[in-house]
Amino acid sequence: MGNAQPGGYYFAPPSHWPIVGSSALLLMAIGGVMLMNSVGGGGWIFLAGTAILVYMLFGWFGTVIRESEGGLFNKQVDMSFRWSMSWFIFSEVMFFAAFFGALYYARVYSLPWLGDADNKLLWPEFKAHWPSAGPYLPPQFSAMGAWGIPALNTFLLLSSGVTVTYAHWALRMNNRKGLILGLLATVLLGFTFLGFQIYEYVHAYADLNLKLTTGVFGSTFFMLTGFHGFHVTLGAVMLTVILFRSIKGHFTADHHFAFEAVAWYWHFVDVVWLLLFVFVYWV
Amino acid sequence: MSAATHAQDHGHHDDHAHHPTGLKRWLFTTNHKDIGTLYLWFSLTMFFMGGVMALLLRAELFQPGLQLINPEFFNSLTTVHGLVMVFGAIMPAWVGFANWLIPMQIGAADMAFPRMNNWSFWLVVPAAILLVASFFVPGGAAASGWTLYPPLIIQQGISIDMTILAVHILGASSIMGSINIITTILNLRAPGMTLMKMPLFVWTWLITAYLLIAVMPVLAGAVTMLLTDRHFGTSFFNAAGGGDPTMFMHIFWFFGHPEVYIMILPAFGVVSAIIPAFARKPLFGYASMVYATASIAILSFIVWGHHMFTVGMPAAGNLFFMYATMLIAVPTGVKIFNWIATMWQGSMTFETPMLFSIGFICLFTIGGFSGLVLAITPVDITLHNTYYVVAHFHYVLVSGALFTLFAGAYFWIPKFTGKMYNESLGKLHFWLSVIGFNIAFFPQHFLGLAGMPRRIPDYALQFAEWNMWSTIGAFIFGFSQLLFLYNMIECIRSNRKAADNPWEGADTLEWTHLPSPAPYHSFETAPVVK
Repeated sequence: MGNAQPGGYYFAPPSHWPIVGSSALLLMAIGGVMLMNSVGGGGWIFLAGTAILVYMLFGWFGTVIRESEGGLFNKQVDMSFRWSMSWFIFSEVMFFAAFFGALYYARVYSLPWLGDADNKLLWPEFKAHWPSAGPYLPPQFSAMGAWGIPALNTFLLLSSGVTVTYAHWALRMNNRKGLILGLLATVLLGFTFLGFQIYEYVHAYADLNLKLTTGVFGSTFFMLTGFHGFHVTLGAVMLTVILFRSIKGHFTADHHFAFEAVAWYWHFVDVVWLLLFVFVYWV
Repeated sequence: MSAATHAQDHGHHDDHAHHPTGLKRWLFTTNHKDIGTLYLWFSLTMFFMGGVMALLLRAELFQPGLQLINPEFFNSLTTVHGLVMVFGAIMPAWVGFANWLIPMQIGAADMAFPRMNNWSFWLVVPAAILLVASFFVPGGAAASGWTLYPPLIIQQGISIDMTILAVHILGASSIMGSINIITTILNLRAPGMTLMKMPLFVWTWLITAYLLIAVMPVLAGAVTMLLTDRHFGTSFFNAAGGGDPTMFMHIFWFFGHPEVYIMILPAFGVVSAIIPAFARKPLFGYASMVYATASIAILSFIVWGHHMFTVGMPAAGNLFFMYATMLIAVPTGVKIFNWIATMWQGSMTFETPMLFSIGFICLFTIGGFSGLVLAITPVDITLHNTYYVVAHFHYVLVSGALFTLFAGAYFWIPKFTGKMYNESLGKLHFWLSVIGFNIAFFPQHFLGLAGMPRRIPDYALQFAEWNMWSTIGAFIFGFSQLLFLYNMIECIRSNRKAADNPWEGADTLEWTHLPSPAPYHSFETAPVVK
């Protein structure tokens, strides 16, 4: 392994997409800073940056797809893609680790410390029981129960893991119909999950008085489930792209890295959800 | 889309003519050498910016009392000097060397993902713009120290948001760059280039890239929580809401400690290339160097608490972090002794790269020892946030990372440009640097032991003498770096042709298989490594 095959490794020619992407991110950052600090016009700059970013993503991925379908990627390029996707998912794992770390730290250290004898003088009324919004904020909120929508969502995501695996199996068997139906089911399950998630947020804000500002419980709850939901959205969009590519006839039984990359990503999102279900909703 | 497939059976390089020239060449480039060059010039620019900030700080500290700048600006300079040197100078410089050297040293034609490589570089620039522009917004640049601790950081103005988003963009750049480097090393090696035959610079970068992918997302998470605490009402670091400011310190230093090894591990790789070349002997203990590097990387994940001994961790935590930190001295010692053993009975010559490498070994060891002193919890409780800490990390970062960057620049510039630098001027640069550096930073040990706190623009009278010397040394060191800039430009514009292998003892692929200057595409046909 690891040997450069003489000839055939595709090295991309000069490209304008990266600098377009950098300009987009600079505009988004400037616009975002202005928005957060209520400087006029920030929203428009942010929107312009986002539009350029979307344009860049279409252009860049479109180029890669044309290269792939043009047969420019040999086995070694394929292996590069596999390594890079694995390491990218590892970086995502570490991103979520930061927020899970915050959750554990708050539950295991900071809340008990705030409820201990040293802090009794400052906050005599405070009882350090999870779920908690901290000693200062009014405590009237309810945590999200695990066995309603979250359990249903767990079922949806696990089923989508099965359907995407079925689609992969069908692709390898050259069963195009199975591929497309499997992907379609996965996409639908993914978007249904997102719909329930939105419903759950509305329920939290309207009925449970559980908000992003509800102390450390609200912070960890919405940041963890929010970033997860954002990743599910990305995954569902990527699955949709893969679905349309499959309908157009892309991918063969032995050349379909993009499909596998999205499937890996989907499984990763699935595993994060299981951790969320256990540590955010359940225990 | 023109296919730039470097197929061996083409037999000729038909794509040279397709490359854009002028500004477009640099904006659109997918060539690892162009991108490496961009990284190196960018980092040198940021190095001079950060250096000017440092000299302003030292000028203020020349005498007790407030002379030149107000305390708020002093705090901003301290903060941005740190951020610029870490994220703008040292890290991009190492990525520049990685881009130039890794494909050549493993016998590849380019990096695995040339377009993503371009993006990694062109993301660093917007981030730098955000950081530097933050000086000019209302309230001035971030004044919290580079560690961005809450609650101070929650209170300051618009510049903090710019700093946070700059860190996000830099993180994205580092992660993409690291994925590219790891993939290149694991998948594009020439036939016969087994892992345990790779030059140590490649090994150290493989491990560095792993560290980057592991910890940059954690930093991104930490600063995201800062941002939401600032603007969206979360309570991660707010005790009133059930959070804790020290939680940020834990998350930050989980990133921060591996980060310091990210800056020093490639330096170990460079020294491991230069010492054997000028001692004309193979590196002593190659395998143990690889294992030591990996051990340092693994240990770096379990020592973060030594940055916060005074924060009130349980005694068991303090003890654990103390012993774990001291353990790092073992693999680091293995490396130091291996380099000394490599020199032992070698037929040594002392050209500029070798001088900087030997300077590195001596001075980095001092920085390592002062690190051991600081690792002792009870000692650290008195030395925490004093100038002793400042002296310690400048010994490992300036005479550690920066000196090896200079060593690498002098060592490889004949390969990069095909020209030879001026040896006497190179040596002058070394001696001025080493003298200026030690005058600047050695007295800071005494100041710290005597109790002078860091990050304060004024000080008590008894600290005046050594602060004066420190400022004199800083100015000698700072202005000597103009000589480095001159040396590089003079070399590029000179007529002194460099041989394909100007160093007798250098035996990696870029010296043995490629002409000087190295061609635009390194190995269109992979060499066979025996």
